[in-house]
Amino acid sequence: MTAGTGEPPLVDLRQVSLTYRLGKEETLALADATLGITRGEFIAVVGPSGCGKSTLMKLVTGLLPPTSGEVRVRGEKVVRPIRGVGMAFQNPTLMPWRTTRDNILLPLEIVEPHKHQFRRRRAEYAARADSLLASVGLGGFGDKYPWQLSGGMQQRSNLCRALIHEPEIMMLDEPFGALDAFTREELWGIMQQLWLERRFTAVLVTHDLREAVYLADTVYVMSRRPGRIVMAKAVDIPRPRTLETTFEPHFVDIVHELRERIHQEHA
Amino acid sequence: MTAGAERALRIAMPWLAMAVFLIVWELACIVFDIAEIILPRPSRVFEVMVLRWDILIDFCLQTLWTTAAGFLLAIAGGLVLGLAIGASPFVYSGLYPLLIAFNAIPKVAIVPILMIWVGVGATPAVITAFVISFFPIVVNVATGLATIEPEMRDVLRSLGATRREILTKVGIPRAMPYLFASLKVAITLAFIGSVISETVGGNRGVGFLMLSAGARNDAPTTFAGLFAIAVMGVLMYALCALVEKRMTRWAFRGELIA
Repeated sequence: MTAGTGEPPLVDLRQVSLTYRLGKEETLALADATLGITRGEFIAVVGPSGCGKSTLMKLVTGLLPPTSGEVRVRGEKVVRPIRGVGMAFQNPTLMPWRTTRDNILLPLEIVEPHKHQFRRRRAEYAARADSLLASVGLGGFGDKYPWQLSGGMQQRSNLCRALIHEPEIMMLDEPFGALDAFTREELWGIMQQLWLERRFTAVLVTHDLREAVYLADTVYVMSRRPGRIVMAKAVDIPRPRTLETTFEPHFVDIVHELRERIHQEHA
Repeated sequence: MTAGAERALRIAMPWLAMAVFLIVWELACIVFDIAEIILPRPSRVFEVMVLRWDILIDFCLQTLWTTAAGFLLAIAGGLVLGLAIGASPFVYSGLYPLLIAFNAIPKVAIVPILMIWVGVGATPAVITAFVISFFPIVVNVATGLATIEPEMRDVLRSLGATRREILTKVGIPRAMPYLFASLKVAITLAFIGSVISETVGGNRGVGFLMLSAGARNDAPTTFAGLFAIAVMGVLMYALCALVEKRMTRWAFRGELIA
């Protein structure tokens, strides 16, 4: 499924299932997921709502242990939350008591080796946060509080926070889901730009098929609950992709193909 | 009405309401010819307050410091216990029922026990104020901690944060508005606690003043004590509200933007 460079995948899921237990009720959220993500690959996971997309993400980061099967990251079996992952959710989860800059600095207060250098290198880190803010079009907003920013600006800050410690893996759980269409498309461009510069490995969970095709190298389609991976579609559109790209026939064809596969799930 | 006049009226409203209340009270006493021993006229109460201001101030200060001492203890204890309960499900399930049981006990009932243990005077008043104002602080701080957004927790956990880091980076700052909100409730309760204690077994303070005046059928002095407590309660409440706004500016963001 992957580019086939011969390199072992950075993230490797083998026959992973997860069952949620709530009292006596058991829900199989994810069944037999097998997929590999190579270093620097951008994958997207799409599917009907409630199909276990977010569950898949929590499994990869080790926030949830699988009921069966095995998750490996960098060849090592994941048994606890893996460290130094960047995460961005639909809800920006910025802390209202911190300025935007201090919010972005948060990972550096927690992740080694920055944690122990934080006091000493604070000015340098703050400058790094400011330049990151500038790169997403928020130059000069560092001293504002998150609640003084619009939803789109908060989500940009959220991306900055997820990136500041230069994580190898980025987990994006519908980060643009709550935004209006224009802001969302603008942020696709910013996201792509950041990825082209840094080449982190990214997992994007979304239900926006155009978003998935715009950003990802490979799009995985999941079935209805219990979620299974029913299709893996490589997106062979050259980068950088633009909003113009999204109107080209090849792009539209891929979106259609994905949509049809998902419709089968609803039938 | 212009915006300025509307603003002025809003500021004047509490004073107007109070004035109307006192005037109605005064008139009712005169019209219905109510005996002073049953319900003294407010003007008479103020007269007594002026006449006996030296003893009133003295006893007010006594009540104020016992209340404040109990209240400060309640903040310290409530914060520690609230953090423990909010942060650990084990402490929560272990202590919460006990706390509720404890809170259900009428505090008047414990004053005689306290008097056996520590004697009469300021100490039981401080302890009663502490005991009565402790509970809302614990509950609020624990609620603030327990309602951290799961996503926020996930973000920190995936960075490799320890439980302690989650507590200090998110839990405590997030619990602060809850703490300060509870202080407004707690301070008024603390007054109830100290005055109850003074009434049951005190030799000083406003509660004692009211009790002894009541025993002499001196209704105006009793009411003077009530007025004094009400005034102190409002002042302390206002102080707590001010501290709240200062300390957790971000929690009032809606008002700031407007």
